[in-house]
Amino acid sequence: MQREVTISVNGATRTDTVEPRLLLVHYLREQRRLTGTHIGCDTSNCGACTVLIDGLSAKSCTVLAVQADGHEVSTIEGLAGSDGSFHPVQEGFRQCHGLQCGYCTPGMIMASVGILADNPHPSESEIRMGLEGNICRCTGYQKIVEAVQWAAAHPQPQPAGQGG
Amino acid sequence: MSMVGTRVIRKEDPNLITGRGLFTDDVSIMGTTIMAFVRSTEAHADIVSVDLAEARALPGVLVVITVDDLETQELPGAFMRTVLAKDRVRFVGEPIAVVVAEDRYIAADAVELVQVTYRPLPLVITPVEALAVGAPLVQEALGTNVCFEVPWPQEQIDQVDRAFEAAPRQASTTFHSQRVHPVPMEPSAILADWGPDKLTVWASTQMPHGLRNCLSSFLGVPQHQCRVIQPDVGGGFGAKVQQYPELFLAPILSKRLGRPVKYVQTRTECFAIMCSGRDQHHEIDVAFDDDGHILGLRSLIHADLGAYPDLPNSFGMPTLTNWMSSGCYKIPAIVAGYKCVLTNKTPQSAYRGAGRPEASFLAERVVDLIADETGIDPAEVRLRNFIPTDEFPYKVPHAEVYYDSGNYPLSLHEALRLCDYENLKVERDRRNADASEKLMGIGFSTWVEIAAFGPRGALEGFGHIGSYESAQVKIQPDGTAIIATGASPHGQGTHTTLAMIAADELHMSIDNITVRSGDTDTTPQGVGTMGSRTAAIAGEATKQASIKVFQNACKIAAHMLEANPDDLECVDGLFQVKGVPSKTIPWSQVGWAGLSPTLLPDDIPAGCLESTVFAEPTGFTYPAGAYVCVVGIDRDTGHVEVEKFYSVDDCGTVINPLLAEGQVQGGIIQGIAQALFEEMVWDSAGQPLTTTLMDYLAPAASDVPSIIDGRTNTPTPHNSLGAKGIGESGTIGSTPAVVNAVVNALAQYGVKNIAMPISPQRVWRILNQAQGA
Ligand code: FES
Ligand code: FES
Repeated sequence: MQREVTISVNGATRTDTVEPRLLLVHYLREQRRLTGTHIGCDTSNCGACTVLIDGLSAKSCTVLAVQADGHEVSTIEGLAGSDGSFHPVQEGFRQCHGLQCGYCTPGMIMASVGILADNPHPSESEIRMGLEGNICRCTGYQKIVEAVQWAAAHPQPQPAGQGG
Repeated sequence: MSMVGTRVIRKEDPNLITGRGLFTDDVSIMGTTIMAFVRSTEAHADIVSVDLAEARALPGVLVVITVDDLETQELPGAFMRTVLAKDRVRFVGEPIAVVVAEDRYIAADAVELVQVTYRPLPLVITPVEALAVGAPLVQEALGTNVCFEVPWPQEQIDQVDRAFEAAPRQASTTFHSQRVHPVPMEPSAILADWGPDKLTVWASTQMPHGLRNCLSSFLGVPQHQCRVIQPDVGGGFGAKVQQYPELFLAPILSKRLGRPVKYVQTRTECFAIMCSGRDQHHEIDVAFDDDGHILGLRSLIHADLGAYPDLPNSFGMPTLTNWMSSGCYKIPAIVAGYKCVLTNKTPQSAYRGAGRPEASFLAERVVDLIADETGIDPAEVRLRNFIPTDEFPYKVPHAEVYYDSGNYPLSLHEALRLCDYENLKVERDRRNADASEKLMGIGFSTWVEIAAFGPRGALEGFGHIGSYESAQVKIQPDGTAIIATGASPHGQGTHTTLAMIAADELHMSIDNITVRSGDTDTTPQGVGTMGSRTAAIAGEATKQASIKVFQNACKIAAHMLEANPDDLECVDGLFQVKGVPSKTIPWSQVGWAGLSPTLLPDDIPAGCLESTVFAEPTGFTYPAGAYVCVVGIDRDTGHVEVEKFYSVDDCGTVINPLLAEGQVQGGIIQGIAQALFEEMVWDSAGQPLTTTLMDYLAPAASDVPSIIDGRTNTPTPHNSLGAKGIGESGTIGSTPAVVNAVVNALAQYGVKNIAMPISPQRVWRILNQAQGA
């Protein structure tokens, strides 16, 4: 059995045929070829798959593609400006060394965008509570907290820096 | 201005923050198929039958095999293990059959359709059970559950016995450094594509060259036709140096099917089959005097290696523990030995720290025990026992281990200053006397570890081709530089670190330097990233190669400037005669000339701006530090909160303080997590109870504190950078600080020891009993 879904991802709307059991995260990664959204668990605990659905952060492994039918999904790939400028949260992660291996990072960044949308000036403990559903094994979280604080203090997009 | 020592943000980040990282599962080749495992549900059983028929008949399934379908069955780098279980399973999760299908949903369906029938066998879960008379044997052919043993040497026994006889006091303790899982956020993953002329493997590994060499000999494919690519890797922490079944099966099945085969482990599988760490049981006796001086130490370890030790890493873990069991203390007599025991559990191997966290736990708990017995302040007991600063290099009494350099009192004094110890003690005593306040405890860990693996011969014993690391510096025609290294980072920021070192030596902007790693076809032979070795060894290789290239660059520039090379300097990428900035030659012209024979002096060949160095350190390095942990304990619930954590690390020269802080903080949180949250649990039937991130408590941001960082710098003499390495320090040093703090808080209840993880239940029981009494 197959179902038709029309989903907007980072502003691009497309209609696809999917199995009803297909997870949104697999739809994004395998049908839309947007591999920035990662998978770190099979019990919805790690947050590596966090995206925004209609502006609210959600774990895309807990959502079926058919449930996203008619909705707007934003992923890490859609965050930077079309001129290559980084979103303040992206730049905060870079400035503050908020990532090491980078596997949790897209989920962390999307969750942080969600936090700042609700609360533009969160305290350290609000950030820590807000990121409770996202696990990072590398950083120990301290520099992730600093990265979110950096973004809160610099709400404008940041010109693209020199890359490696 | 020198780059080394400054807070440079990473070259790795732009890809990773925009979703443009490339992890193994992100690599896509047309026609890729998906592999999945049928895994044992029994901890110890004979396999009576495996029925593959239904799975094979499912549309979309391409192949389903068991070990009988494999030509070579023995798993390389494992102790008495086949690639898939043969006749018998020995832990829950052990792969029995493997399925390849068109997509991951069909593969998962097919796994469900394979019917395995078992005849369960009696089993052993702990070393105590495994060593009991008449215990069931994990490997019957071995005739015992002890698979490796390093007994106490007689000479050391005698020496220690004499020390104990002469000592005014002694004490004994036992502890268990429980089994914990590395939990890399990216589990194991591999994509294998074996075409007519070449096998290409993308793998989430810590050592692409080692994997290539191993695949080549196992599969019988020559190395020029076997390429391993390490794309971005989502953490390793020691669990991606092993040879897992999937790494061999994906290539074999790719060849058989003529299509690429991908395997991406689920988190549940990751807990069940990826190697996990620690699981050492310690029995300790210590002799000391009334002033708290340590006079002798006996250490016996039972290492629980699970069903199939990873060779030789699993056997090496307790060796490292033994080597480091003196801690940073001058202990005149030590005897240390161990037994490696098989049990019906997931294989054990390296996890960040790898044998040294167990050693620091041993030493740091022992010192606190002495403080408790003698009533001397734990900081003072440490100061009285530190190896004196003028005794380096220091040889421990029981092993050929030479600490390179250290200044342990300096680190501790810095930590005491940072935490304002005198005031902390006052606060603790006040809070502990006030029932309306949380209990408070202060814990120390003045640890030392062993890093920069290693000097010649050190890793060869672990099956590696060498103990070096490599770097090739290659100037491009436009005067920019590409550095290719055999190191294989997976989060450490090594591209940035090596570029900083090269920028200093090449006198070139870091923006003009790119570092490449993780491709056996295009980087020089390497060993890999583990054992806190990359900054110290790949860093040294990069430095030496850059120096050579820069010397030749000066010759070329001198030729163009008609000057003497010795009179040249390079300022902001411009070569000039010292102090004569009016005439300059930019790197771009020098780079072009380096590959253009008509522009070169006669005695310099084209390609001279390229150098490959394999750096070997002259010895191990011994990073050390002093940590202070402050805990608060809820008197009603037993919940322990780390209220403050002060770290003073000494890793010698720090190349990038920003990255060093990241390594320390991440490591400390992992160590705190072992003390308070994490434990892999098996029930008496050998069923793992912690196979998800719901049951296994890897901490989230809300569970852990911020770290207050400090630093001292005692360089190592074993490389010209003076860098000791910092990748594992935090994990090694932090766990005992937390446990010491909890024991300190509970001392008024007569607590001298507490098992990890220190869950609220454990603490509550103690408090509850005390209140009931
Ligand atoms: S993959 Fe979605 S929460 Fe882990
Ligand atoms: S940066 Fe590696 S898991 Fe977060």
